[in-house]
Amino acid sequence: MDRFIGFGIGNNLWKHAWEGGLPNIRFDKIEKSFGNVRVLPPVDLQLNDGEFTVLVGPSGCGKSTTLRILAGLETLSGGEIYFDEKPISHLEPKERDLAMVFQDYALYPHMNIAKNMSFALRLARVPKSEIDEKVKRVATMLNIDHLLQRKPAELSGGQRQRVAMGRALVRDASTFLFDEPLSNLDAKLRAKMRTELAEMRNTLDKNMVYVTHDQIEAMTLGDRIVVMSEGVIQQQGTPEELFKSPANKFVAGFIGSPTMNFLDGELMTESGQLTVKGDGFSLPLTDEQSTRLASYTDKSVSVGIRPSSFSSDVSQGAPISLRIIVSEYLGAQSVLVTRCGAADVLVEYESSSPVKAGEINEFAIRTDEIMLFDHTSGKRL
Amino acid sequence: MQMANVNRLTPYMFLAPAVVILVIALLYPIGYMIYASFLDWNPSQRIGEAEFVGLRNYINLLGDESFRESLSVTLKFAGIVVFLEMLVGVGLALLLDRNIRGMSALRTLFILPMMIAPIVVGLMWRYMYHPTVGIFNRTLKSLGFEPVPWLSDGSWAFTSVIIADVWQWTPFIFILSLAALQSLPQSALEASRIDGATGWQQIWHIKLPLMMPVLIVTCLLRLIDAFKVLEVVLVLTNGGPGLSTEILSLRISRTASEFRELGEAAAMSNYLLIVLLLLTLAMFFYNKVSEMRTARLRAAAEGDD
Repeated sequence: MDRFIGFGIGNNLWKHAWEGGLPNIRFDKIEKSFGNVRVLPPVDLQLNDGEFTVLVGPSGCGKSTTLRILAGLETLSGGEIYFDEKPISHLEPKERDLAMVFQDYALYPHMNIAKNMSFALRLARVPKSEIDEKVKRVATMLNIDHLLQRKPAELSGGQRQRVAMGRALVRDASTFLFDEPLSNLDAKLRAKMRTELAEMRNTLDKNMVYVTHDQIEAMTLGDRIVVMSEGVIQQQGTPEELFKSPANKFVAGFIGSPTMNFLDGELMTESGQLTVKGDGFSLPLTDEQSTRLASYTDKSVSVGIRPSSFSSDVSQGAPISLRIIVSEYLGAQSVLVTRCGAADVLVEYESSSPVKAGEINEFAIRTDEIMLFDHTSGKRL
Repeated sequence: MQMANVNRLTPYMFLAPAVVILVIALLYPIGYMIYASFLDWNPSQRIGEAEFVGLRNYINLLGDESFRESLSVTLKFAGIVVFLEMLVGVGLALLLDRNIRGMSALRTLFILPMMIAPIVVGLMWRYMYHPTVGIFNRTLKSLGFEPVPWLSDGSWAFTSVIIADVWQWTPFIFILSLAALQSLPQSALEASRIDGATGWQQIWHIKLPLMMPVLIVTCLLRLIDAFKVLEVVLVLTNGGPGLSTEILSLRISRTASEFRELGEAAAMSNYLLIVLLLLTLAMFFYNKVSEMRTARLRAAAEGDD
């Protein structure tokens, strides 16, 4: 039962609503409308016990709404949420045994840090000595123990972020919800907190649901990533699965940095080999791709090429010539913005062999890495 | 050089008309009043003919039973009405801070009393308090109760005046509290729900403490106003019966017009002015302190990270 042994806050003060460990959370056709505006069409989702799940997608994709429904801050317009087999949508937030970290931290401005962190415990009438001990331990763990007497306004952004985290940790709830917790921090601090979160994920055995619009956060933190767009779950899987075999054009474009290039093309047979041709490129497909895609011959497709699939060694794959527009120097690597026909193409490039803007350079594309998508539906072919 | 001078003067030129009006309409009368409070001045005399008596008016007033009575009625009145108005106004705001159909119409309705001219409010309540044809006594009678001497009995008259004032000015506190409530950080309230706070605990631990700065200023504003109340009391009871509802501003007007003691009335006005000045200073001081506090906090926070 001592799940918190690493931090020494093991005593099971919080009576878990779900005895015997963490609940499996299942969304069964949950729906949400605000008035006539439907923000979430029926969504099914299964969050596994002890997993770090990241809901990721562009703003307005329904990821935050899903999280808030899980928290009990929004009511459902339809469907049901189950913790193991118990329906919980009628329960108040406090009865769901969860803790939440908000985007703007949502600290209580009039309480000092110790009071902020202990608010839930005080409401639950936990004995004072125990509250003090828990707060002290979590604060020490998060390096904010010297700030306990300060008010939130006296803290910097990063410190507030830690306090928000600490307030959730003190609760020892079974499920932690994070609503874009790092988005208000500057880039450097965000990277630092991301690492700390990743470390915490490994030490804490909790259900964690994390909402973000930042695919890097999603990739680095998630055991499992759920990509959402316009309320619809596009794909879910491990970071690797999403990167290597995206289900559709949206996921392919969303995951990975720099983003995947998409070029319009047509599949055709050329000298006995299935080839995808378009404005400024002609890429022969591999045998594996050819057998799989034979039925799409003579159809329009969208060709997805990751910037990392280019090579400056022309013997490495199908040749392509690209006009360099801009070279973005990032250190060891540069990102070249090039033009292929009318389309912009991003290319990852070793900075050691410099190129000039305006030049036309020869590159090779590793054709086994390219992905083809249906032109209209965007589905991976 | 010339141009720079003109530029520097520009703001003062724009301020000048306002300053002129303030001097004529505010400073001159106040100065006149302060000067008059040192005179033994009958309205039939011109001010130059009045005898200068120094602080006599002020000292006389301190020993004057009716003035002290009037001051205590005013203090009691202001204390009670502001307390009740805060209680009801904040309570209503907490109740109505939600999105239900028709809430905006309801809110407008609640604010209505504040928009009626005080004289009209006084007349309205006088009719309602009328011993025989007023709606209160008629209702009481039809229910089989004894009629109540709303305005003719000393302690009832005081209560009646309070009821009318609470009716008129609760909306003021209501709208300010409602505005304060609606500008509270929503996420802090949501966080408290997740932390397990019930509705009452939210009000007690989160909403009220966060509203406090607005509530304090609102309370001071209302106190200042309550000390100056005149019209409603004038129309309802004219200070009677006896001295039971004779608030200070009423006493001042009677001293000037009935007793023809302009100097004494001026001195009385100055006492009232001092009380109000203290309240205003308290408000300024409070604002200053909270401003300095936020500045200090911000400075402290910027040092980190």
